[in-house]
Amino acid sequence: MKKFAKIAALAGVSVMMLSSTALAGDTFKIGTIGPLTGAGAAYGNAVMNGAQIAVDEINEAGGINGAQVEFKAEDDQLDEEKAVTAYNSLKDWDMQILLGTVTSGSCLAVSTEAAPDADNIFMLTPSGSQKDCIAAGDNEFRVCFSDPDQGSASAIYIGEHGLAEKVGVIYNSSIDYSKGIYATFRQEAEEQPFEIVAAEAFTNGSVDFSAQLQSLKDAGAELVYLPFYYDEIAVVLKQAKDMDFAPIWFGVDGMDGLLTVEGFDQSLAEGCILLTPFSADAEDELTVNFVTKYQELYGEVPNQFAADAYDGMYILKAAIEKAGATPDMSASEISDIVKVAMTEISVDGLTGTGMTWNADGEPSKSPKTVQIQNGVYVGME
Amino acid sequence: MKFLSYLINGISLGSVYAIIALGYTMVYGIAKMLNFAHGDVIMVGAYAAFACIMNASLPPYAAVLVAIVVCTVLGVLIETVAYRPLLSAASSLAVLITAIGVSYFLQNVVLLIFGANAKSFQSVVSLPNLKLADGALNISGVTIVTVISCILIMLALTAFISRTKTGQAMLAVSEDKGAAQLMGINVNGTIAVTFAIGSGLAAIAGVLLCSAYPSLSPYTGSMPGIKAFTAAVFGGIGSIPGAFLGGLLLGIIEILAKGYISTELSDAIVFSVLIIILLVKPTGLLGRKMQEKV
Repeated sequence: MKKFAKIAALAGVSVMMLSSTALAGDTFKIGTIGPLTGAGAAYGNAVMNGAQIAVDEINEAGGINGAQVEFKAEDDQLDEEKAVTAYNSLKDWDMQILLGTVTSGSCLAVSTEAAPDADNIFMLTPSGSQKDCIAAGDNEFRVCFSDPDQGSASAIYIGEHGLAEKVGVIYNSSIDYSKGIYATFRQEAEEQPFEIVAAEAFTNGSVDFSAQLQSLKDAGAELVYLPFYYDEIAVVLKQAKDMDFAPIWFGVDGMDGLLTVEGFDQSLAEGCILLTPFSADAEDELTVNFVTKYQELYGEVPNQFAADAYDGMYILKAAIEKAGATPDMSASEISDIVKVAMTEISVDGLTGTGMTWNADGEPSKSPKTVQIQNGVYVGME
Repeated sequence: MKFLSYLINGISLGSVYAIIALGYTMVYGIAKMLNFAHGDVIMVGAYAAFACIMNASLPPYAAVLVAIVVCTVLGVLIETVAYRPLLSAASSLAVLITAIGVSYFLQNVVLLIFGANAKSFQSVVSLPNLKLADGALNISGVTIVTVISCILIMLALTAFISRTKTGQAMLAVSEDKGAAQLMGINVNGTIAVTFAIGSGLAAIAGVLLCSAYPSLSPYTGSMPGIKAFTAAVFGGIGSIPGAFLGGLLLGIIEILAKGYISTELSDAIVFSVLIIILLVKPTGLLGRKMQEKV
């Protein structure tokens, strides 16, 4: 009896092994990593939801090269070590391609693991914007703009549209994201017809921005550039209102998410301008379709991160098709051919038309700006 | 004018530190232990008020009352479960480590219940801003309420300790626990009352902190908690007027350092001032040796 049970168990195990390997060959396994809980959860969930919509559409339309796509998201709680753990558990799941990670810090940590001299897994980050976070290997690409590009694009936009002559900046000196954007903003500003009258820093954990705001107010700033995240921007806007300081507020992708902060008085955000490649009110068919689906499924207007992830999935599809990769290939084989195909494709998506990539992994597309009006994003010229 | 507006901002920040420091100094003065979880009790108080306002739509004053009740119960609970068993048994180090444990415990419980997304706390103070000198100087309603509450609490605490029987018992416990017990004072009960008052104050501090600086997350209490602890040491830990003075000075120094020297170095400057003061006067500004602590 005992012996029989053993044999039966063995048989069971081998059948299970067989079926799992058979499954692995049938589908493309694509994973993502991002903050699904905790600080920055708005970003991680947007990416997961946006990518899921694309996966469902692709699967319904027959998949990639005839194979269905399996998609799995792992939580990193905005923590670099947890991101590596999440990456390893995706590897155990036999992930072939990584559509991630969502944030720059985690991306930097995971990029060395995914590089060709390590695991060699193809990596396309939808929203990791720090310059170096895709620099560990030539199989790493991004959908969004890099931080330096955001900084210079902001300065050019402010200059070309004559939004202000005196510009003030507040930035977070304890994160690379904020410092990086500020550095290129400052550099580009020298070429532009406005002057940076004051630039004030703060560090993580600060609750009081009154001294910084006071010095910008005294310097007569007509526009204040805020290259940091929405949690802190919410506090800055409140304190500025308390001191009757009402310049034009100009943010980058970190400001995206401001309207989702629970309990936030949305009237404070009225008129804020942010540089983002995606505006949910655009009237082209692709955007309307995406926004409608997203609202039906998740009950909110998608932000730029959701759009980046949606585009990311279609970019992967285009690159895989171009490369002729099939699901029975190993992650490393896919990486070697898809990275070549990436530089040859051109994709029309939510965040840009005719997007192309260079061998460094940087996208080429033109930035857009949106303004918050009556609690929604409205595209600007 | 610029100096005056920095000064006002400094008082605004300092009054929040002061109100937190009062709780620290109260518990230290009597129980002779550093309750490092105090900052997190503040955070719990703010969440309690937030939940009342957002989910139960209670008016602000009722939310503050609920928060005070929640924190008072929590404070007594923490004291009974986590600290009391250690008070007699082990060194004061054991209590200190436990306090750090309680701090992480509270953060993670709140993380589990409310999630880690920062919430935007709506001010419970509806007092309009006070504008002086044609609007060049602007004092927010929250600042006025915080400073007034701080002074009221300080006076009430001083009166409570010097005029009531429980207060006298606290003084006795702070001077010598053993002797107090021999004189028929219920030492454990007195310490529990101290924690109840300290934690009730924490609730008020939490609500005012988040009214002034409206971002609320499970980690909201930690940095202001550390700064307020510094303020309490600065003013002389155990001294109630010292906590008030230390808090205000710390806030003013921080803002002036940001305004005139460097926004990045402000914390370094604040803590350097602390080190210098303590080198010159090791008991803090108003701290005295043994006598009249509390």
